[in-house]
Amino acid sequence: MKKTLILTTALASMGLAASAQELTVMSWGGAYGVSQVEAYNKPFAAANGVTVNMVDADNPATPIKAMVEAGDYSADVFDIELSDAVRLCDEGLLEVIDHSALPDGVDGVPALDDFVAGSLVSECAVPNIVWSTVYAYDTTKFPNGGPTTAADFFDLDAFPGQRGLRKGAKANLELALMADGVPAAEVYDLLATDEGVARAFAKLDTIKGSVVWWEAGAQPPQLLADGEVVMSTAYNGRIFNAAVGEGKPFQIVWDGQIMDFDMFVIPRGNPDVALAMEYVAFATGSQPLADQAMYISYGPARLSSGPLVGLYQDGKTEMGPHMPTAADNLGNALVNDFEFWADRGTELEEMFNAWLAG
Amino acid sequence: MSDSHSIAPNTASAETAGPLKTADGKPLKVALARAQARSRRRAFLLVAPLLLFVVITFVVPIFQLLAQSVNDPSFSRAAPNMVEWFAQNPDAEPDEAAYAALVADLVEMKKNRTAADAGTRINYELSGSRSLFTSAARSADRMEAPFMEAMLDKDEKWGDPMLWQVMRGASTGFTINFYLAALDMTRDAEGNIIAAPEDRQIYVKLFIRTFVLSALIMLTTFILGFPVAHLLAVLPMRTSNLLMILVLLPFWTSLLVRTTAWIALLQREGVINSLLVSVGVIGEDGRLSMIYNQAGTVIAMTHILLPFMILPLYSVMRPIPPSYVRAARSLGATSFTAFWRVYFPQTVPGIAAGGLLVFILAVGYYITPALVGGASGQLISNLIAFHMNDSYNWSLASALAALLLFAVLVLYWLYDRMIGIDRMKLG
Repeated sequence: MKKTLILTTALASMGLAASAQELTVMSWGGAYGVSQVEAYNKPFAAANGVTVNMVDADNPATPIKAMVEAGDYSADVFDIELSDAVRLCDEGLLEVIDHSALPDGVDGVPALDDFVAGSLVSECAVPNIVWSTVYAYDTTKFPNGGPTTAADFFDLDAFPGQRGLRKGAKANLELALMADGVPAAEVYDLLATDEGVARAFAKLDTIKGSVVWWEAGAQPPQLLADGEVVMSTAYNGRIFNAAVGEGKPFQIVWDGQIMDFDMFVIPRGNPDVALAMEYVAFATGSQPLADQAMYISYGPARLSSGPLVGLYQDGKTEMGPHMPTAADNLGNALVNDFEFWADRGTELEEMFNAWLAG
Repeated sequence: MSDSHSIAPNTASAETAGPLKTADGKPLKVALARAQARSRRRAFLLVAPLLLFVVITFVVPIFQLLAQSVNDPSFSRAAPNMVEWFAQNPDAEPDEAAYAALVADLVEMKKNRTAADAGTRINYELSGSRSLFTSAARSADRMEAPFMEAMLDKDEKWGDPMLWQVMRGASTGFTINFYLAALDMTRDAEGNIIAAPEDRQIYVKLFIRTFVLSALIMLTTFILGFPVAHLLAVLPMRTSNLLMILVLLPFWTSLLVRTTAWIALLQREGVINSLLVSVGVIGEDGRLSMIYNQAGTVIAMTHILLPFMILPLYSVMRPIPPSYVRAARSLGATSFTAFWRVYFPQTVPGIAAGGLLVFILAVGYYITPALVGGASGQLISNLIAFHMNDSYNWSLASALAALLLFAVLVLYWLYDRMIGIDRMKLG
């Protein structure tokens, strides 16, 4: 409700003050939105004498197509997932951003070499963070030791209770295969075959009756806190904030984590494109990316930001070990294959919907 | 001759008697018509803003939707050479000329950045085609004749007859394939209409579920709403006004608030389950699943739509004189007969109005099933939203929406035939 209010207020105020010196960023809200307001928006506004608004969406990629086709831009910069960025860029819905014009890292490394390998794959997007889909459990529900592997998530006998999963095929099919013993490196090759897809759905079938499906990133911590589920997949930063920030008894299981990038993009034809470009270049600089990690445990997409990452805003928690990219967390990690999902997403999501309704 | 004589006086007398005239000498008929035309114009001007509003926000979008549901030009626009080849060779197998046209189009697609767009269109009907187009477009300008061999060398999927069938279908822009998909059907490589693979059949099932659940919700709102409306109608005005506020209060509360309130009440660790556990009706392990399933959808939507049933019922019941039932009783009817034969028939217009309102609102409901429906409580509107927001297959979303609209219109027509729309009374 509060979110809706903020959104409508933001939309209303935008209509009133449509000056060129105003920029609106659409992102995912919650603790993640706060991190961006603090690390990117406030410094950018102060340095350039402009107003930067933040609006929230369940998935900011959703409104872009309609916005560009209608020529009506309610936001200028969007924070979206890599696979969405690739797809929207391919469909000509995004402005092309010259990566070589991005500022060098603080250590002098040119931007093209400073970003994490494999993240600068879309000419329309600049990566900002590395995040991960993990699963977390409520430690009070398992006093004798909680789950530790992807397979445990599907083990209803050893770890009874309801599970939370995102309502969609993406990440769930991968998790199911990894839980079924498929090594991370072979997951997408297997998913490209009918047998692999059938195997993933068969694995999901084993817990289908015990699943609560969530849609917005803010839901899993809530479901865990309400006791509605004993474990749930979630975006790692949300769990970190609930656990470290609010002292909830949640524990992340890193085994089988699925890493992904979030990107800044600018919808094509946006009248404020120059200012939006400036914002993207600023926000994805070494220091702002490092600052962002002070508020939530998402890894900066620039290598040069790594050494700059400090303590959590409580002043005592070291952020390093909570990042998806920490060495201890990478044991069995999968990097989301954006090409696979851009290609097969429609069919698999359709099959998922049919499976869900069946 | 005599004829002309007899006519002349007649016309003359008609002129002198003439039609009735107003004070300023104009014929009354003309003046009246003018005055009426003026007031009609004025009346029209008053409703013109509303009419314009309805046309712009309702009629035009519906036609756009219908157009979108049979037309997706993203492939035909991007591949003019292919379109031409398909038009010239209505039945032929793809030959060298076809592949040459394909390569020429891919080169253009790369230049205009339309490969993904065209590929996505093909991908709707043949999964995996999107990357086929994007990767081929990347290397198309380096291709050399013979193109058939070159393309098949690049990826043998280009020889798939299914692919060519889908491209042929997409080459006209206009297609009924989205309606086929919306009815769980597809086409085989020869273009014949067949049932979709079992693991992808979903829409027919969801249409049926949507109508069954909507009918169920209509029934529950009626069962709950009828006694309430009756009570409101027979109580003295002061008390019933007070109670009416209780009916209207949820009406003034945000839909999201009401829906999330149900989540707090119904979830496993929620108020109702905890209460039942604490009084010992169910055990800790036997907590009921009342939300994130069909039950949750039905409960929450019944509550939200209840006022739409109560208000028309109330407005019909209020003017029914209590003396009718008293008269029936005094003439020897049992209380049930008096209710069933005398009172109930008079409430039918209210039931009809409330039922239709609730049913039509329920059929298109989106946010409540999305929040509390879990897997089994999803309705067709959630799938429409999915294709609008996630898969961007707007044509399929439009086809689903058009089918829903059509189904509702059919039901409305049936309703008019069976009950009569003029018997409906909203207040």
